[in-house]
Amino acid sequence: MTAATSLLSLRGVRKEFPGVVALDDVDFEVRPGEVHALLGENGAGKSTLIKVLTGVYPRDGGEMSLGGETLSPQSVGEAQAAGISTVYQEVNLLPNLSVAQNLLLGREPRRFGLTDWKQMNAKARETLKRFRLDIDVTRPLGAFSVAIQQLVAIARGVDQRAKILVLDEPTASLDASEVEVLFDILRDLRTAGLGVVFVTHFLDQVYALSDRITVLRNGRKIGTFETAELPRPKLVEHMLGYELQGTASSHASRGTVTEGNDAALEMDSACVSGSVQEISLAAQSGEAIGLAGLLGSGRTEVCRALFGLDTLSSGRIRRNGRDVHITSPRGAIAKGIALCPEDRKANGIVGELSVRENIALALQARRGWWRPIPAREKRAMAEKAITDFKIATPDADKPVRLLSGGNQQKVILARWLAIAPDVLLLDEPTRGIDVGAHAEILRLIHQLCERGMALIVTSSELEELVAFSHRVIVLRDFRQIAMIEGEDITEDAVLQAIAS
Amino acid sequence: MTGPKSIISTLQRHGALWPLVALGLIWLVIIIVNPGFFAFTIQDGRVFGGVIDIFNRGAPVALIAIGMSLVIATGGIDLSVGAVMAIAGAVAANLIVGTDLPAPLIILAGLGAGLAAGLLNGTLVAGFGIQPIVATLILLVAGRGVAQLLNDGQIITFQNEAFAFVGVGTLLGLPMPVWLVLFVLAAMLLITRRTALGLFVEAVGANASASHYAGVPVRAIKLTVYAIAGLCAALAGLVATADIQGADANNVGLWIELDAILAVVIGGTSLMGGRYSLVLAVVGALIIQSLNTAVVLSGIPPKFNLVIKSAVIVAVLMLQSPVAQAQLASLRRRFTA
Repeated sequence: MTAATSLLSLRGVRKEFPGVVALDDVDFEVRPGEVHALLGENGAGKSTLIKVLTGVYPRDGGEMSLGGETLSPQSVGEAQAAGISTVYQEVNLLPNLSVAQNLLLGREPRRFGLTDWKQMNAKARETLKRFRLDIDVTRPLGAFSVAIQQLVAIARGVDQRAKILVLDEPTASLDASEVEVLFDILRDLRTAGLGVVFVTHFLDQVYALSDRITVLRNGRKIGTFETAELPRPKLVEHMLGYELQGTASSHASRGTVTEGNDAALEMDSACVSGSVQEISLAAQSGEAIGLAGLLGSGRTEVCRALFGLDTLSSGRIRRNGRDVHITSPRGAIAKGIALCPEDRKANGIVGELSVRENIALALQARRGWWRPIPAREKRAMAEKAITDFKIATPDADKPVRLLSGGNQQKVILARWLAIAPDVLLLDEPTRGIDVGAHAEILRLIHQLCERGMALIVTSSELEELVAFSHRVIVLRDFRQIAMIEGEDITEDAVLQAIAS
Repeated sequence: MTGPKSIISTLQRHGALWPLVALGLIWLVIIIVNPGFFAFTIQDGRVFGGVIDIFNRGAPVALIAIGMSLVIATGGIDLSVGAVMAIAGAVAANLIVGTDLPAPLIILAGLGAGLAAGLLNGTLVAGFGIQPIVATLILLVAGRGVAQLLNDGQIITFQNEAFAFVGVGTLLGLPMPVWLVLFVLAAMLLITRRTALGLFVEAVGANASASHYAGVPVRAIKLTVYAIAGLCAALAGLVATADIQGADANNVGLWIELDAILAVVIGGTSLMGGRYSLVLAVVGALIIQSLNTAVVLSGIPPKFNLVIKSAVIVAVLMLQSPVAQAQLASLRRRFTA
């Protein structure tokens, strides 16, 4: 224990759900003017802790105090009134109302009993000035980017006389420059004495911003550490509970690909109107091509064009040297191409259906509706996938929406591997998933390459991109600006190409 | 494993508990007001009894509810089923009066008209991306108009025993409409559950975009379910037309789309799409018909019929709502603890 006074303090907090102890005797402390990162794998208890803190769940034991006073919020409203503001991963404001209305919802300045619009807009502009946001506050919130909506949500949170600001994965949908803006603001708030609780999957951001780190695992607190004194591999070990196996070290397989053969998949000066322009790339069997670039640089759009979701306006796509015309995902699948989409929830999982049905879906679609996969075969397929990919689910009948993000991603991978594609497109396969699943998916990429599959992978995390790519294509503003090969692939080289 | 508790929990897992409880309660009311209602008698080789009567009268709604289930499971809706009934009836009646075609061909022609109507709906929804409620509203209005034109504004009556058999005939002691419901239910269960059609329907309804990415032919599936709904509606129209031996374009199947949608919803299928149950949709249709019968038998003036029906349906839906289910679960915990 240090001598610094604590702003928020939790002692021995316990929370049980039927059959599960979600939080077991957890201590947690936030000092004024610190950013405290709360880390752990999915299921570690982060969300539960935050929900107990913000009044969503009542706690089953332990004590909480804020600024020396006992804290027992019975609702989100009570927690807010006490000074705890929360910003969630998904912006939960009202997109059809104006920015000003969102900022001051429920606290609108009134005149003769009616809303005083002039004063409200002025107040909103003033609030946002602190956040260096100069936008038209009378326009609907939904007209702005997710990043700005996120900042407005934070502005609203801080504006409510907050003492503690809880950020639950606030950066998952932001690109690098937007994250910087957010971080600058958080640093300002820290200087102003606010305590910030920061939950994220991005370890880079933890090291860039946080002062201290608390790690949870299986509902227990593993420890609280000074960020500067905790090296990254050690942190990952704490989170996983075992020593990390080297996933980022197998550069050895690079350069073993025989040149001269026809590429498994090739794009030749491909253009899509209103989207990517003049993209040329070739993936040999057993090769992983990395697509790098900032959010919105055209990475996803390249995958869309290859999977038949967008149609080429000019240029061509070749499979094994032959021109192919792909106009739909069905067409792409018939030619041995599969895609794990970036937006897992919207385009990947069918949440209501079971794990088994989700795994069988693509294979069944290729066989046609009149040739059902026999029940026994389907069951065996699901069992094998659950074992092979270590999918954490009690059984294959569980609706897939109840699984964590990492396990959902594994289900989608299992779905595609069931049809044994020659080319696998992975659009941000590791976004928003826990460290354990992350490592397994990287391992899988290596294995698939070794088995002779051609992979095209986009990722925002340069470190992993560098680790698995045989070739990196750098995109900016829908154009290809660089290609880096072999031993030249380093984080620095890719970063320089993006920044150039 | 087969104790009463495990049966109840199995029913509950399939969402079948509350619809069956509701049906049982309504039948209980009927028995109280009319103790002899459920007695079976056999006359002229035909079984008579309350259950069969309810089944027989509820056949059109049950047939339509089967097709409607699949449409709703894809996240769609078909408002045109009543109008399609009228078209099928008009086509059949005009062919009977104007030609010498044998009854089976007339039935096929009526079904063909329903299939065409369903394909039109499906094309508007799947091909042109028009919202289902709007796309099928067009045929709800236009379909009855087409039927009126076919009938030249008249009620076409006819004498044709072979065709009338569909509506009033008896086979192995049971009325023909009952057999038709059982046959269509069995056939659709076979087609959807012994192939992958049911899986695709649920996948499209639960997440059309993800299904498209997985290679499921989303448009073809949507087209298919509207075609099936059209066929089911046409069959219901033929039953109703044969029953009265006349095609009344103005009144046949009027408002039946609402009963069919209610039957599906009472059966637990969400209007958002996804999981569905054909059997429970038929149970839902039986609940609606039982209510009609109960009101008539209890001697309450028929003008109360719609209000009472609505009240009971609201009660069933409230019992099935997540809010009530959570309350019941916590009550149960308190009692077992």
